[in-house]
Amino acid sequence: MNGALNLCGALGRWLLGATERVGDGAVLSCRALSGLLILPWQGRQFVLQLYAIGVGSLVIIAITGAFTGMVLALQGYYSLAKFGSESLLGSVVALSIIRELGPVLAALMMTGRAGSSITAEIGIMRVTEQLDALEMMAVNPVRQVILPRIVATLLALPLLVALFDVVGLAAGYVVGVDLLGVNAGSYVGETIDKVTMHDLTTGWVKSFCFAVLLGCIATLMGYRAVPTTEGVAQATTRAVVVTSVAILIADYIITSFFL
Amino acid sequence: MNAAAAMIRTEQLTKRFGDMTALNQVEIAIPERATTVIMGGSGSGKTTLLRLISGLEPPSSGAIYFEGADLARISRRELYRLRMKMGMVFQYSALLNSLTVEENIAFPLQEHTALDARVIRTMVTMKLEQVGLRGFEHLMPSELSGGMAKRVAFARALAMDPKVVFFDEPTSGLDPISAGVITDLIRNLTQLTHMTSIVVTHDVHAGLAIADHVILLWQGEVIAAGTPESVRNSDDARIVQFIEGRPDGPIPFSRSDTSYMDDLLAREVIA
Ligand SMILES: Nc1ncnc2c1ncn2[C@@H]1O[C@H](COP(=O)(O)OP(=O)(O)OP(=O)(O)O)[C@@H](O)[C@H]1O
Ligand SMILES: [Mg+2]
Repeated sequence: MNGALNLCGALGRWLLGATERVGDGAVLSCRALSGLLILPWQGRQFVLQLYAIGVGSLVIIAITGAFTGMVLALQGYYSLAKFGSESLLGSVVALSIIRELGPVLAALMMTGRAGSSITAEIGIMRVTEQLDALEMMAVNPVRQVILPRIVATLLALPLLVALFDVVGLAAGYVVGVDLLGVNAGSYVGETIDKVTMHDLTTGWVKSFCFAVLLGCIATLMGYRAVPTTEGVAQATTRAVVVTSVAILIADYIITSFFL
Repeated sequence: MNAAAAMIRTEQLTKRFGDMTALNQVEIAIPERATTVIMGGSGSGKTTLLRLISGLEPPSSGAIYFEGADLARISRRELYRLRMKMGMVFQYSALLNSLTVEENIAFPLQEHTALDARVIRTMVTMKLEQVGLRGFEHLMPSELSGGMAKRVAFARALAMDPKVVFFDEPTSGLDPISAGVITDLIRNLTQLTHMTSIVVTHDVHAGLAIADHVILLWQGEVIAAGTPESVRNSDDARIVQFIEGRPDGPIPFSRSDTSYMDDLLAREVIA
């Protein structure tokens, strides 16, 4: 009885806490995004962040994209061969990458690579009182530190997803046509035939939504980190976990809208 | 001191962290164009008081008047406008570590003025000369010693020619010579520029040496406020103990509030 009550209490507290954090996050994100309207925003910071987040991730995204395309071709060929419809391979690979795996895998890779470092960096700025120093210089840290990182993520992630898609499709072609011997004409033909504007839009909407999640969660976790060494470590872990889960949940929701 | 000359004034200022009361009904008045030193033991609430009167943290209750405006009640925009008149030297300098020394000092000027790059560079050189670090423009904060970083932070705080500069433990963690340099800088610049300095420290000698006005905190309450002489000559046992640095007295050495014997016995029983 007592145990059940305790459990209810703990659950209630957890829910309250979670709601409070989500609300806090929403307010902070709105404050950051409303900064978008107050031009000119921090141009130099933005370029630096775009470089760190975007350019720094090119190689890792290309590699991930290539192997994803290759394994999809192998796996798809294996399944399709059972129905004797290997000729469909091109469209299977392309639809999987463009609608699903491109946005999701690129976003997850970016969460690990860029999200964690955004959180850690802002958390350390909190610990070392750099955020307070900005406040004291009458510079809004939300505009100076958070906004450029969110905007850079919004721009970088869709572009990286596009890179992932292109490399993945090319790698799928190499494995499917050159290695497994699917007819080149039917591979490309299937791809062009079956991939519609709708599929491209789905991929684009996903990558944009994931970018919003990644940018807002990573910056927020850093900004609200408990100002100690462990606090930053925890915030970084939490940022990666929360963002990854949020991306997967959002993926399901968006997919169900774009069937 | 008459209230009109007070740059910053607090009324019944209280700050709690959870159940812990860090500041309790604090009433202080900080005179304009003078150096006020806030002293007190570790955990007495000095840093908390500094963060409150600079508007970095909101009070739990009470009011903080900066030139008559209540910091807890004004808008963010209004607060930022007042901040243009404030400078802060943080305990660990808090330089922006992605920027060079020069960029750090130039930063507030770039943010808030329309001066062109050459003028800003000249001003940065002048500020660095004031703190004796001309020629170190291109170092990164990570390449500076603690003392140098503090001087750079000082130069940055002076960049906008503030009316009030806050210092949190300006001499702690420095060797006696660097500490002396910083203390001299504070004294000279305060006299030279007629600014108001607020210095938080537990270094009694440096504190009394530069102070025009002293505020002594003890467990979140003000136990003395006045000129350095009046504090030095006080016969309040707590003040005497603090000034003379005796380990035990009315301010107890032990911070525990349970009986030592009870604690030991309790542990014995459990074992
Ligand atoms: N963010 C916080 N959360 C919880 N408690 C805090 C916080 N900041 C300060 N305190 C508590 O408030 C009290 C006063 O702290 P404060 O940092 O103001 O002391 P101080 O006088 O600056 O001490 P020191 O000389 O050691 O720097 C301490 O007991 C501290 O534990
Ligand atoms: Mg302190």
